[in-house]
Amino acid sequence: MPQWGMTVDLDRCTGCEACVVACHAENNLPIVGPDQAAMGRTHQWIRVERYWEGEFPNIKAKFMPVMCQQCDAAPCEPVCPVNATYHTPDGLNAQVYNRCVGTRFCANNCPYTVRFFTWFTPSWPSPLNEQLNPDVSLRTSGIMEKCTFCVQRIRRAEDTAKDEKRAVKDGEIKTACQQACPAKVFVFGDMSDPESEVSRLAESRRGHRLLEELGTRPRVVYLKEGSA
Amino acid sequence: MSDTPLTEEKINRDLLGPLFKTSGTYFLVVAFLALVALVVFVAWGLQLRYGIGMAGKNRPSFWGLYITTFVFWIGISHAGTLISAILRVVQAEWRRPITRCAEAITTFALCTGSLFPIIHLGRAWLFFWMIPYPNSRHLWPNFQSPLMWDFIAINTYLTGSVTYLYLPMIPDMAVARDKATGWRKKMYRTLALGWRGTERQWVRLEKAIGIMALIIIPVAVSVHTIVSWDFAMTIMPMWHSTIFGPYFVVGAIFSGIAALLIAMVMIRKYFHLEQYLEPIHFDNLAKMLFAMSLLWFYFTFTEYLVTWYGNEAAEMPVFWSKVSGPYAPMFWLMVACNFIIPFPILSIKKLRTIPLIFFASCCVVVGMWIERFLIIVPTLIHPYLPYNYGHYWPSVTEMCIAGGTAGFFILLYFLFAKFSPMISIWEYEEGLQVAAKHAGHLSDPRFAGDIVRGDVHPGH
Repeated sequence: MPQWGMTVDLDRCTGCEACVVACHAENNLPIVGPDQAAMGRTHQWIRVERYWEGEFPNIKAKFMPVMCQQCDAAPCEPVCPVNATYHTPDGLNAQVYNRCVGTRFCANNCPYTVRFFTWFTPSWPSPLNEQLNPDVSLRTSGIMEKCTFCVQRIRRAEDTAKDEKRAVKDGEIKTACQQACPAKVFVFGDMSDPESEVSRLAESRRGHRLLEELGTRPRVVYLKEGSA
Repeated sequence: MSDTPLTEEKINRDLLGPLFKTSGTYFLVVAFLALVALVVFVAWGLQLRYGIGMAGKNRPSFWGLYITTFVFWIGISHAGTLISAILRVVQAEWRRPITRCAEAITTFALCTGSLFPIIHLGRAWLFFWMIPYPNSRHLWPNFQSPLMWDFIAINTYLTGSVTYLYLPMIPDMAVARDKATGWRKKMYRTLALGWRGTERQWVRLEKAIGIMALIIIPVAVSVHTIVSWDFAMTIMPMWHSTIFGPYFVVGAIFSGIAALLIAMVMIRKYFHLEQYLEPIHFDNLAKMLFAMSLLWFYFTFTEYLVTWYGNEAAEMPVFWSKVSGPYAPMFWLMVACNFIIPFPILSIKKLRTIPLIFFASCCVVVGMWIERFLIIVPTLIHPYLPYNYGHYWPSVTEMCIAGGTAGFFILLYFLFAKFSPMISIWEYEEGLQVAAKHAGHLSDPRFAGDIVRGDVHPGH
């Protein structure tokens, strides 16, 4: 069983937010409009956090793309009363939309604040309603959702590989954010395979995890500056 | 009037009076409260129709007024158990006129509070998915979730407190049955469960009440502990605290006693029960309220001092937002309401008058609501990653529902006062007997028309 994981190279990120747009298109993320956005109700399964370092004029912008960290010891999972959030055998932190009753407890217990709630029934202004991804279910009002590591792409690649009676090749699966990123920030792959690119990068000296001290054991590994 | 000796006849007349005589004012008040309750359900209906987005919550403030008010009402519900059960167990005589109104608060505060976990759901119509039953989805609820524990604890507590309210009501229902006519006679006859006041029935009733009083105390403690675990079991800054269990239980009893005092002042005034709810009852409860105020302050002080001393990066923004930041006015109002104002009123004997106790109790109820709000919101809007700091302002829908449930609660309580005597008649009369026996004043003219149940009462 592969164990899916990702590395995010902070040294490469330019903060262009192409990943955010790609994620919206791929995962049928609701567009909520300016009023709701101002209330803090946007859906951004991936976001680029921007932090400033130093004082003007010696100031530096730091960009950090943050999506669901697919924690191995995910704090969101035990708190759900209806088992809507659970762990798949291949290490994904999955959200079962149909089970969710909307207590929002999972979102409160996520230290990364990467869970998103559909406050109203989503709608897309024309012509965006014509480009919804048929591989991804639409979510109803009142449920929680979040980054899935583009599970639809993972499953499709696994099916293809199975049909061709082979294993999924390293680099065969590309998440939407990875595909859209011009700076090649993201690398996705099987963490249990020590030869995969994602394992190699994650194991390098540059690898660290976000809020590692909380013991959530994230599957997303951030790469800091420098050479491996 | 108030000097008339308390004979059985007078007690029955005074305490059963409100059941059979209804003034125009009562109808006006009930109509008004019903209107307020209607606002709650209309607002909830709109929220169900258009989506939970009608409430002002957002990311990261996923919880807000609903959960605050939920914790508040569950806290209020701790009035009944503590006063009634503990005082019954230790056989404190002065409890007698208080138990019924206290137990009624528990039941109706639970009815009100337990609406909120359903109101706050994104898909409220699916709330029954939290019930553990073999269902078509072949899925059990997640017993690891504190919300699941909540669901079980609150249902246990509700069942227990309804039973505990009902048991001592049985003899009173029988008295009401004997007075009532028409459909009400039928109703009271059913509720009296064939009560005839035989010795065997008394023995069983006393035993049942004794058992329920013992059971309900740990249940009550567990309920608010589990409510606190909704927060303490998470890893969020200033929620992940080991003292939250006892801290919440203390706060719950604190606000519960305050609510009980408010209710007692009201009942005393509007049902003219000055002879039954005497200054001594208010004085004793005020002392208990004072003790709880001190305990509350001790817990709050400990919680904040340890947080401040620990100086953890994620916790300090939450801490400062309460102590000196945007929530400082609310924080210091809370400290004033829960400690600074009640302290002199409740500790100085001269100031422990009924109007001032009433005022202090109102402050405590407000202060404890603020306390719950300040536990929930500042933590949520200051998550670990500062990029996600947010803001929260409740919407009109939310305020209508949260505020309106006060009307809903008072409505239930008011309707109950028309249905059952607010002071347990038999317990009160038994108290007079006990007092007379202890004092050796069997010739006391107050007991001239002596009380039916004979000399050998099994309870004593």
